[in-house]
Amino acid sequence: MEWYLPMIWAAVIGTAVSFYVILDGFDLGIGILFPFARDERERDQMMATVKPFWDGNETWLVLGGGGLFVAFPQAYAVIMPALYLPVIVMLLGLIFRGVAFEFRSVSDSQKRWSFAFTAGSIVAAFSQGVILGGLIQGIPVANGAFAGGSFDWATPFSALCGLSLVAGYGLLGATWLMMKAEGPVGQRGRTQAKALLLAVLVCMGIVSLWTPLMSERIYARWFSLPNFYYLWPVPVVTGVVALLLWRWIEKGREILPFVSSIVLFFLGYLGLVISNFPYLVPPSLTVWDTAAVPASQIFMLIGTLVMLPIILGYTVMIYWLFRGKVKEGESYH
Amino acid sequence: MDMDPVLLARLQFAFTIIFHIIFPSFTIGLSAYIATLGAMWLRTGTERYHLLMRFWTKIFAVSFAMGVVSGIVLSYQFGTNWSRFSVVVGNVIGPLIGYEVLTAFFLEATFLGIMLFGFNRVPPWLYVLSSAVVAVGTAISAFWILSANSWMQTPAGHEVRNGIAYPVDWFAVVFNPSFPYRFAHMLNAAYLTTGFVVLAVGARYLLAGIHAEQGRTMVRMAIGLMAVLAPLQLLIGDQHGLNTLEHQPIKVAAMEGHWDGSKPGDFYIFAWPDEKAETNRFGIAIPRGSSLILTHKIDGLFPGLTSVPPQDRPPVVPVFFAFRIMIGIGFFMIAAALYGAFLWWRGTLVETRWYLWIMSHCWWIGFVAVIAGWVVTETGRQPWVAYGILRTADATSPVPAATIAGTLALFVVTYGIIFSMGIYYINRLINRGPEGSAISDDGGGMANTPLGAARAAAREAISKP
Repeated sequence: MEWYLPMIWAAVIGTAVSFYVILDGFDLGIGILFPFARDERERDQMMATVKPFWDGNETWLVLGGGGLFVAFPQAYAVIMPALYLPVIVMLLGLIFRGVAFEFRSVSDSQKRWSFAFTAGSIVAAFSQGVILGGLIQGIPVANGAFAGGSFDWATPFSALCGLSLVAGYGLLGATWLMMKAEGPVGQRGRTQAKALLLAVLVCMGIVSLWTPLMSERIYARWFSLPNFYYLWPVPVVTGVVALLLWRWIEKGREILPFVSSIVLFFLGYLGLVISNFPYLVPPSLTVWDTAAVPASQIFMLIGTLVMLPIILGYTVMIYWLFRGKVKEGESYH
Repeated sequence: MDMDPVLLARLQFAFTIIFHIIFPSFTIGLSAYIATLGAMWLRTGTERYHLLMRFWTKIFAVSFAMGVVSGIVLSYQFGTNWSRFSVVVGNVIGPLIGYEVLTAFFLEATFLGIMLFGFNRVPPWLYVLSSAVVAVGTAISAFWILSANSWMQTPAGHEVRNGIAYPVDWFAVVFNPSFPYRFAHMLNAAYLTTGFVVLAVGARYLLAGIHAEQGRTMVRMAIGLMAVLAPLQLLIGDQHGLNTLEHQPIKVAAMEGHWDGSKPGDFYIFAWPDEKAETNRFGIAIPRGSSLILTHKIDGLFPGLTSVPPQDRPPVVPVFFAFRIMIGIGFFMIAAALYGAFLWWRGTLVETRWYLWIMSHCWWIGFVAVIAGWVVTETGRQPWVAYGILRTADATSPVPAATIAGTLALFVVTYGIIFSMGIYYINRLINRGPEGSAISDDGGGMANTPLGAARAAAREAISKP
């Protein structure tokens, strides 16, 4: 039990984080694409495509962070102080873009809150990438506590991860608009999606080359035998999905570009998991080192197994209730 | 410059949590009020209730957004600023917060989508039901977070090995000794807080002679609720105090400014507690008042502050004064609610302008009482963060003072902007009034499903008086 409980929890948190990245990814993407809209009317329409969902989407972030606290308190207690500044800056970004959803529709100056929405979205996305990069490049630990400085995370690598995530969320947002918005907004999504896909692929390529060069452990994970025989399909499948995505964008398909963008995200995520498993705090603490006691993990797991299907159920319900495209000039004020 | 990282971390947490608690105190009650209005609209078909429901839902949306974003910050601060706390009590506290996310946050966030934007998409019953689900969600959320906080005050159902707390009995952890009292006290406080806001808005309309019909409804509903809840709060508070005396006697000693436990306690209406001299200065007291309240005997004894060494005492001044602010407002609320009920019974409620004038300026008193109450209980727990298990000074993260100071400044600026804009927008929505908001709704609402238009027409037909 002490072996597999942390594994189950790692899977639960992994799922929560990937749900967060996909779901909040596309609505942060809307914020990232906001400056490219022609006027506030178009921005109304863009915002209307995500307004009923954003709060639920962001809750996955609380589940990810809260889940880490519950199931791996030791990892939580190392990661948060180590990535203190990017975490706080991300939260501040999320504050501005979160209130912008409501403030923008009651304010006289829509422009001001459109700016806050964009700035908050970009800052939050970039910070999340920096957090990811800071984690991958490794956190110094001594006696079970963080033993580094306040700016250890600030490296070219983490900055690249930040840019990757901004581009990636932008791609999710653009393909979401292709699916959910009528008129010029949806059409502009196509052009934007192509540019952003190229940017994402370049970023993914650099990160994929950089991580094995940065860490011998990750190099050995991918390129030692027999691992390589099992793992080579991951980059190949990623390439095929990227190619399909490009073609579907060109053809102006509505749903497939969004779906394949999600798949692309999952593949990138899978690559990171392969590189770092079983470390929760690379390069020293594993999922087993940092796990809460079984009594806590079991108590929480029971609730999770009961509640997660219900949560997924009403999440599907709300996406279904608000199905269909948002017309030009439509908004919720 | 030498700054104390523990003090800074405490300031940052105090600032972010005080800011946060303002919004739940309001939205817990407001969602219940909105659901009540919805139920009355469905039952009676009266348009007035529908208008009021839509009106308060707009205000709810703005406040809830601020509550959500400031709440997410807190869930990360346990790690960023209090990582030792996370390690020492994470096994016990963690799941309580986890359950809050699973049983409440998703529920609120998702059904909020229907409550705010589903008006033209779903049948009226589902629309009203969604607001009820949000109201229940906020109460469930309060359940878990107050359970976690109460465990920090009165830990139970655990054992400590090598300085780390491990759960033994989950039922005892969740329903720890102070939890039922704190939960009842806070939930009631949230309803009272909202009641005074609704009363103030209604009074404002009546005084200005606008939206008179809705104003009357608001004033009456609020007074009806508060005439019951305000006196009830006194009873709950008294029981909560007795429970605190049993489990955290030194906190009660600080609340009462009671230094010497070998003598009966006086109730100080005003005093300046002098922590160095271990006595109260400039005191105006009801002799033996505290003994009477706490032991129900005129010469009953209860522990004084000097029964523990100074390093085990909480800061007395903030606890002492915050307690007086809280109960002062509490008694004012009882008087206001009962007098309002009396005026209503006499049939002169709507014409008694001086009463309405005072009430229209009292929208903030519930918030101040809630914050003061939390200052009492949180400051009174010091020097412990988890009572008897972990001292606050030992709970922090290995983060330098300058980093904490910098982010504290960022929080102050950000929250300053958000808060002032939020208040400004809410005030504007109130000025626009219930009718104004419903008209702008019908212009901007979405009806892009064929059914949506039909439903809107049907609703129109139903809601005609």
